[in-house]
Amino acid sequence: MMRFGMVIDTKKCVGCMDCVVACKTENDVPEKLNRDWIVQDVRGKNPDLHMEIRTERCNHCDNPPCVYCCPTGASHVHDLGGIVLVTHDLCIGCKACLASCPYDARFVHPEGYADKCTFCVHRVEKGLDPACVSVCPTHCMYFGDFDDPNSQVSKLLASRKNHSLIPEAGTKPQIFYLV
Amino acid sequence: MNEYTTTRHNELVDPSLHIWGWEIPVYLFIGGLVAGMMIITGYFIFKGRYKDKACVCRVLPLLGMIILSAGMFALFLDLEHKLYTWRLYLTFKVASPMSWGAWILIVVYPAMIASFLINVPEYFSKKFPWIDKISEKLQQHKYAVKNIGVINMLLGGLLGIYTGVLLSALGARPLWNSSMLWLLFLVSGLSAASAFVHMVAKRVDERELLAKADNGFLILEIFVIGLFIIGMLTSTKVHIQSALVLLSGIYAPAFWVFVLGLGIVIPLIIQLLAVNHKIKHTPIAPIMVIVGGLILRYVIVYAGQYTRWVDASLLP
Ligand code: SF4
Ligand code: SF4
Repeated sequence: MMRFGMVIDTKKCVGCMDCVVACKTENDVPEKLNRDWIVQDVRGKNPDLHMEIRTERCNHCDNPPCVYCCPTGASHVHDLGGIVLVTHDLCIGCKACLASCPYDARFVHPEGYADKCTFCVHRVEKGLDPACVSVCPTHCMYFGDFDDPNSQVSKLLASRKNHSLIPEAGTKPQIFYLV
Repeated sequence: MNEYTTTRHNELVDPSLHIWGWEIPVYLFIGGLVAGMMIITGYFIFKGRYKDKACVCRVLPLLGMIILSAGMFALFLDLEHKLYTWRLYLTFKVASPMSWGAWILIVVYPAMIASFLINVPEYFSKKFPWIDKISEKLQQHKYAVKNIGVINMLLGGLLGIYTGVLLSALGARPLWNSSMLWLLFLVSGLSAASAFVHMVAKRVDERELLAKADNGFLILEIFVIGLFIIGMLTSTKVHIQSALVLLSGIYAPAFWVFVLGLGIVIPLIIQLLAVNHKIKHTPIAPIMVIVGGLILRYVIVYAGQYTRWVDASLLP
């Protein structure tokens, strides 16, 4: 089995938004909507401040509430690496999945179905990286198989301090941020 | 200082979720109301009151079906991909309350039709004598009639419970993360239905009975709301924050004034005085209860969408 996920090095990300633009172009994401986005997270007390810049998207959770709550099976886990996808012509646009995602990673496509990051499954099937990963000028994003202990992503996770987002929501997110 | 900025500005999602407008609260309210009507009808049928032509259980099934259909239409209006609605009925997803609901809505109709046939309203029995014949035949089978009463109570209960579970299963909205929500919506549905039936019933004893029942449900509702809030306040930081949205945040005026004050406490006082014959029964209290029930759904749906699972360390 494969389990796809991402490792993102926050020490290298400069928040240039190339990944955002690449996603919009690659996936023809409609205006005013985003499948990925940049977050600037500043913590601490002046002068002892810590800033993290992150590129965020659907976490392709291992315990995905968006899949469980879907009444039609439109939201599903793909056989290939556990990628969470939406089958457009099964989706009735009830928006339960939008309400169930702790990361608010989903939105309603103007055509009426629920939409979000697909890890560029059409590229991954061909052995390519997702568009955002492939364009990053600082090479801060890594895509790969967590089930393979020898993959680059597994090794990075094993060797560097990291965190995922809101793990306490219990969805087992599959994107990890190196700090 | 914690500062969090994002470049995501997705419609209906940012700055806070607003995917459900008026349709869903209206639908949830109607679901609860009709659930209560089914339970009351089932109870009257079970108790053998259907033999009485003046019993309110003669008109309730038909009214229930009309009102529920209006609620389902509101739900349909909310769907973004309407042409694909039929996809709901090609599958049953056991983990999805939405899927349960779609099927519950289908099975409650035969139960309501059966209770309609037990005691057909005058208009129909005069116009369509053959319906009256079915009714006569049905009434000869005492146990079948009793079972129809029980089934109506059970399915009504299921319908009312589901309207709450629908929200509480959506774990990403902390305000909905409560196992009290099904009970709150069920009791509120029973209370609104009692108020409604009190207004449409012809028999004085039935009106009295339902006003008393409503008082019981309203008192219970206050306890359930109390437990719901206590549950939130004794939970994690995100849950405490979400309870404060109701108690002192932007939804506080609607919650305190319309849900609790005008929707529960004041009609309860009026109805307590009325059942003790201190004042006359008027439609004022029942109408307040019904409108209060609707506003309760609004407040819970809107405030719930407003709350989110953020990193708790970002909260004040
Ligand atoms: S991030 Fe949200 S949309 Fe993506 S898999 Fe997890 S719960 Fe579902
Ligand atoms: S909006 Fe579509 S994908 Fe989301 S839960 Fe409803 S039917 Fe499933």
